[in-house]
Amino acid sequence: MNELVTESLAGQPWLSLLTFMPLVGALGIALRQMMARRGGDGAIVAAEQKEIDGVARRVALLFTLGAFALSLFIYIAYYDRTIGGYQLVEQAAWIGGGVSYKMGVDGISILFVLLTTFVMPICILASRSIEKRVPEYMIAFLMLETLILGFFCALDLIVFYLFFEGSLIPMFLIIGVWGSPGVKELGGIKMESRVYAAMKFFLYTFLGSVLMLIALIWMWRFAGTTDIPTLQQTAFPPGAQKWLWLAFFASFAVKMPMWPVHTWLPDAHVQAPTAGSVVLAAILLKMGGYGFLRFSLPMFPIASADFAPLIYALSIVAIIYTSLVALAQEDMKKLIAYSSVAHMGFVTMGIFTGTTQGIEGGLFQMLSHGFISSALFLCVGFLYDRTHTRAIAAYGGLVHRMPFYAFFFLFFTMGNVGLPGISGFVGEFLTMAGAFKINSWIAFFAAFGLILSAPYGLRLYRDVMYGPLTKEKLMAIADIDTREMAMLGVLFVCALIFGVYPQPALDVFAPSVDLLISHYDAALAGAFGAPQ
Amino acid sequence: MSLPETLFWCIPELMLALGAMALLIAGVYLGDKSARLISTLAIALLVGAMLVVAALNVTPGHDLFGGSFRVDAYSSFAKMLIFGAAALAILMSDKYLAGEQLGRFEYPVLIVLASLGMALMVSANDLLALYMGLETQNLALYILAAFNRDSRRSTEAGLKYFVLSALSSCLLLYGASLIYGFTGELQFDAIARVAAQGDNIGLVIGLVFLISGLAFKVSAAPFHMWTPDVYEGAPTPVTAFFAAAPKLAAMAMFVRAMVTPFSDILEEWRPILAILAVASMTVGAFSAIAQVNIKRLMAYSAIGHMGYALIGLTAGDPQGVASVLVYMTIYVVTTLGVFACILLMRRRGGMTEAIDDLAGLSRTNPGLGMIFTILLFSLAGVPPMAGFFAKLFVFQAAIAQDLVWLAIYGAIMSVVSAFYYLRIIWIIWFNEPAPAFEREVGSRLGVTAFVSASLMLISLPFLGLLLKSAQAAAASLF
Repeated sequence: MNELVTESLAGQPWLSLLTFMPLVGALGIALRQMMARRGGDGAIVAAEQKEIDGVARRVALLFTLGAFALSLFIYIAYYDRTIGGYQLVEQAAWIGGGVSYKMGVDGISILFVLLTTFVMPICILASRSIEKRVPEYMIAFLMLETLILGFFCALDLIVFYLFFEGSLIPMFLIIGVWGSPGVKELGGIKMESRVYAAMKFFLYTFLGSVLMLIALIWMWRFAGTTDIPTLQQTAFPPGAQKWLWLAFFASFAVKMPMWPVHTWLPDAHVQAPTAGSVVLAAILLKMGGYGFLRFSLPMFPIASADFAPLIYALSIVAIIYTSLVALAQEDMKKLIAYSSVAHMGFVTMGIFTGTTQGIEGGLFQMLSHGFISSALFLCVGFLYDRTHTRAIAAYGGLVHRMPFYAFFFLFFTMGNVGLPGISGFVGEFLTMAGAFKINSWIAFFAAFGLILSAPYGLRLYRDVMYGPLTKEKLMAIADIDTREMAMLGVLFVCALIFGVYPQPALDVFAPSVDLLISHYDAALAGAFGAPQ
Repeated sequence: MSLPETLFWCIPELMLALGAMALLIAGVYLGDKSARLISTLAIALLVGAMLVVAALNVTPGHDLFGGSFRVDAYSSFAKMLIFGAAALAILMSDKYLAGEQLGRFEYPVLIVLASLGMALMVSANDLLALYMGLETQNLALYILAAFNRDSRRSTEAGLKYFVLSALSSCLLLYGASLIYGFTGELQFDAIARVAAQGDNIGLVIGLVFLISGLAFKVSAAPFHMWTPDVYEGAPTPVTAFFAAAPKLAAMAMFVRAMVTPFSDILEEWRPILAILAVASMTVGAFSAIAQVNIKRLMAYSAIGHMGYALIGLTAGDPQGVASVLVYMTIYVVTTLGVFACILLMRRRGGMTEAIDDLAGLSRTNPGLGMIFTILLFSLAGVPPMAGFFAKLFVFQAAIAQDLVWLAIYGAIMSVVSAFYYLRIIWIIWFNEPAPAFEREVGSRLGVTAFVSASLMLISLPFLGLLLKSAQAAAASLF
């Protein structure tokens, strides 16, 4: 058997420290809120609340930046880029019966850890316009960061599931409490649309993941352990692999989201506050792709190969269909949400080609989508803060009033379209190259996505930015300020550097991807005879 | 075993029996103004009994009174939880009862007597002892349900509970007599020996009746009808008590009455239990959706949760029994917390029970809102709350016995039931605030709710310990 797993232990529990660092900040804010001075009627005095809000914002920013610094430090000082196996592994006894608390990273997960800690401070900065219930808001984001980091670092199935599902709770509250106003009618019952979106988000994802839970318990029983590296070495019987694969697919396909289970995403995106959309697009969607790479491919290689055509078909439908749907959208956030589904189509297609280009392309696409879609949601958010509408029709001619904004918006729209020189292109190109190796028709159809992303991207840009500035409301609109420019600027630099010179990112995950592929090929060779 | 030795192992039960009588006499002499004192003494008595149970070293288990009762790790595990839950129930009742002019000294005495009955139930090792324990408990519970005798709802609850419970006791007795008729034995181990000899259709028919009777006591569907009405009608602290200790005791009794005598004919009763589990989960998930009264909702929630616990019993092996114990432990802790929250739903002018009154609780009372949210997520089985692990272990037990379909069904029902827990959370968090409840910072109820909610998260590192002691308890049955 191929040696997929070379584990090197950590001297210090670095990953746990990183994971639970934001939680400490959240507890700090909660404690401050609890100790607030109260007036005679038991309510907190307004001035005091204002002070606490300020403290909460500062603490949240401090802890997210601290987590970013710590993750960079861990990466630079302790992470060895030459090994493909798991590093910085820490393990502690827990429930027993094969379940332990185990954390570790490899080239694939370290990338997502860094992306998470990088995006989170931006989210906190982007929340300036949040004015109600600020401490709770910051607590929710810090908790979310802990849960996401734990998810990417977990090396035990139960620990993994805990963080995976746990991340639903803060996101549910973020969408439901701080979402945008509006009422939706559903079967005669009127409910607020943010509540509808929050419920849909939770129940959809929950249904997907309980099936995975059953599969996970079955694997626990089969292998006698929930240790992920061990399970990656375990050869599950081909008949069972099929069911296990489908159960995991149910969970990750919803999370990703793949067509046709993507319908929760536009609702969630539209209703979530700006920072919520950013987290959702930049990180939460990546959980699905990460799951495919961490579980489906290495643990169920035979089923993955068998089901690959299904994935290709769904991916191509996603790429073409959702691109067309995006073309018809009247709401800016909805448009970007649908384009996210299309971009994730490239990721799933790339991952299941099982080729180096495909998988590396998928990973790179996720990374780049993390920058570009975050930036686009921020751009929409900045406009929303100024005018409180997301309807494309409400804008036009902004370029005259907002030149800096126009520059960034154009850059990221082009990135979304896949213009060479910006990071979005690299991922799409690599996944198509991977697909081409398997079957040129897949690449042929996927290429439509590249073409179709141009019309909706350009239309959005034209309708919002160009044309005469006629709308009354927009006459006095102000260009982006320094804070907003700083956020977009950071993402701009990342998208540009990785677009021109993607090698550093590819180098990070290459050893792990190579290991994964050699394991995958060996398993297939064992099942179907020698590889072609 | 000599009489003194037998009595030695019964010290906790003797404490409760004698203590309850002493409290009764004291209450009669001192009158209703002594209610508070008697409550405190009753709590002390129950906690004392719990400590004695903990102190007694009962492994490898002792047969008392000619094998009618059995004191082992299993009964001790259940008894500790029962006594603890009963003590907490008394602790949580004080203020409510005083407020509703119900502060009578009989209340704590009845709870002590019910606890005595429950202690007998979980130790019962023959059919007669089982019935005796059950009725000791039931008599106290009927009175408790109708405790607010001037309220029509409460008396109706008591009466309904009495009639339906009597009916189920008949089923149970009929089953017991059939089993006795076809095996010639009452004692569980002896029945097991006869059952192991093979085909005995009369025994199986008796078993079906016995299961029906027991299913009523744990309020498993389709024998659940009484639950919502009794939960709603009984005074809230009584409901809190009903939801915790008696559920646990009935489930523990159910498990012993299945596993000890009928392990060898597991295949005969497994389908019945699977049906009970499926029906309970379904009823619990769907019927709760339309409820507007929080107590009724908790009743349906309880029915659903019993369904999950029964999955563990359906597995029928030591792992399954351990998972039932873990499930019930976590469930009891959560439920007591939830009812503490419900008892805190007090406005000027009395208690409220409507779910809509919780609107905006996270703003009017952030602490209580947070506690309630954590408990509800735990009931829904969303990780990282402890409630998730309760479900995890029963599913694991089912899958280990190749009952994968049952686990999948349970998992899907947990998504359906997540809807109504989420609906409460949405009312708490997303809706515009309703008038605030009275603040009771640091009250007994507040502390109970806080401790219960904290346990949902703080207990995570110690789940291994809980599982281990549950496994040790389960092992003593086999």
